[in-house]
Amino acid sequence: MKTRILSIVSLLALWVVAAWLTADAQILPQPWALLKPFWTETASGELPHHLAVTSLRVVWAFALAMAIGTTLGVLMGLVPAFDRWLDPWLVIFLNLPALVLIVLCYLWIGLNETAAIIAVTLNKIPNVTTIIREGARSLDGNLRAMAQVFRMSRMVYLRHIILPQLAPYITGAARSGIAVIWKIVLVVEFLGRSDGIGFQIHLYFQLFDVAMVLVYSLSFIAVMLLVEWLILQPWERRVRAWRTA
Amino acid sequence: MTRIDVNRKAFGRDEVLCDIHFSFEPGEIVALLGPSGIGKSTLLRLVAGTDTDFDGQIKRPDAIAMVFQEPTLIPWRSVLDNILLPHPALDVKTALQALERVGIDMKAELFPGQLSVGQQRRLSLARAFAGSPELLIMDEPFVSLDGRTADDMLSLTEELIRDIRPATLFVTHSPTEADRLATRILTLAGKPATLAPEREASG
Repeated sequence: MKTRILSIVSLLALWVVAAWLTADAQILPQPWALLKPFWTETASGELPHHLAVTSLRVVWAFALAMAIGTTLGVLMGLVPAFDRWLDPWLVIFLNLPALVLIVLCYLWIGLNETAAIIAVTLNKIPNVTTIIREGARSLDGNLRAMAQVFRMSRMVYLRHIILPQLAPYITGAARSGIAVIWKIVLVVEFLGRSDGIGFQIHLYFQLFDVAMVLVYSLSFIAVMLLVEWLILQPWERRVRAWRTA
Repeated sequence: MTRIDVNRKAFGRDEVLCDIHFSFEPGEIVALLGPSGIGKSTLLRLVAGTDTDFDGQIKRPDAIAMVFQEPTLIPWRSVLDNILLPHPALDVKTALQALERVGIDMKAELFPGQLSVGQQRRLSLARAFAGSPELLIMDEPFVSLDGRTADDMLSLTEELIRDIRPATLFVTHSPTEADRLATRILTLAGKPATLAPEREASG
């Protein structure tokens, strides 16, 4: 923990030195110079509004990508025929640049919320599927035989045998997922939405206002860090409890 | 009654078992002997119903339990849950009694990984007997145990079988183990394997 704080402080120090060397607040303002614009944006309700809009998009895309990606991953891991069919698709989608999918979604579906969320979701599904497929492939065959002999019901089997084995893979996919998704959401907003953090960054990019670009991006990074600390890490600790007991 | 009629079992072109017919009653303890690789475990999987890809028919009771070569416990659920999850009809008190019977009721709240190897085996036995099975299948349950532990486990198993009286079918490498526990000894021989003429066991 101590090293962590030191590491963050040294990053801040680097910023201060860089800003001092640049000596131009238009290009790189000092960290404390961001406090005032941050406060103005918060007080006016602008920053909270855009934060909320972007967070909602992240939540939607995350939920959809995790649900669809997990289902596909489990099916591909357990049914070889299904895996043979879908594997080439997976490779193609994994290597398709995010930008291509975003532009195509906007062109085909229109410049609207549906297109934005579908674009982000499609970008993330292959990733989740790949990770979960690994998990499904490594499911313990002996435990399956045990469940079969003792005639465990499907629900009990799923909840107490399958899910705990997939849990580390699901957390892995969730953590890398949330990081990738919010970055893509920003691009999607940058290109075709009229609100959200990405849109604001676009706006202040055109006005060449570095301070505001930093205010908006750092605020959202802070939100994502909170999600990591308050939701993802505690959950991971809980599912790992039996290993450390 | 458990009735086994396996006409043919093959993996691809490799025929493993052919013309195996026998039946056994509750209270009977059948040992299945034979050199390794001959298909004993394959036959057990057919009897247990985990492998249904064969030519023939197997009639078995509803309540089946199995003791595997490895304890095969659910590592992320407590010792008590390892009894309750496979037997949802049991109440906690009965499950604790099952643990007490094998001497690990004080460990009910622990995870299986916190038990010693011997205790894990006992838990696996407790799980098998907790549901009062009519058919009990054991796949080399005492293999890889040291002499003393194997002996303890064997005695415990004998006791439990005597009380619950399931029809028991177990695979073993050891003729002494078979003689001690079994009322009947079947031997697999040949390629594809079939039953050699039967002999009565002393146990």
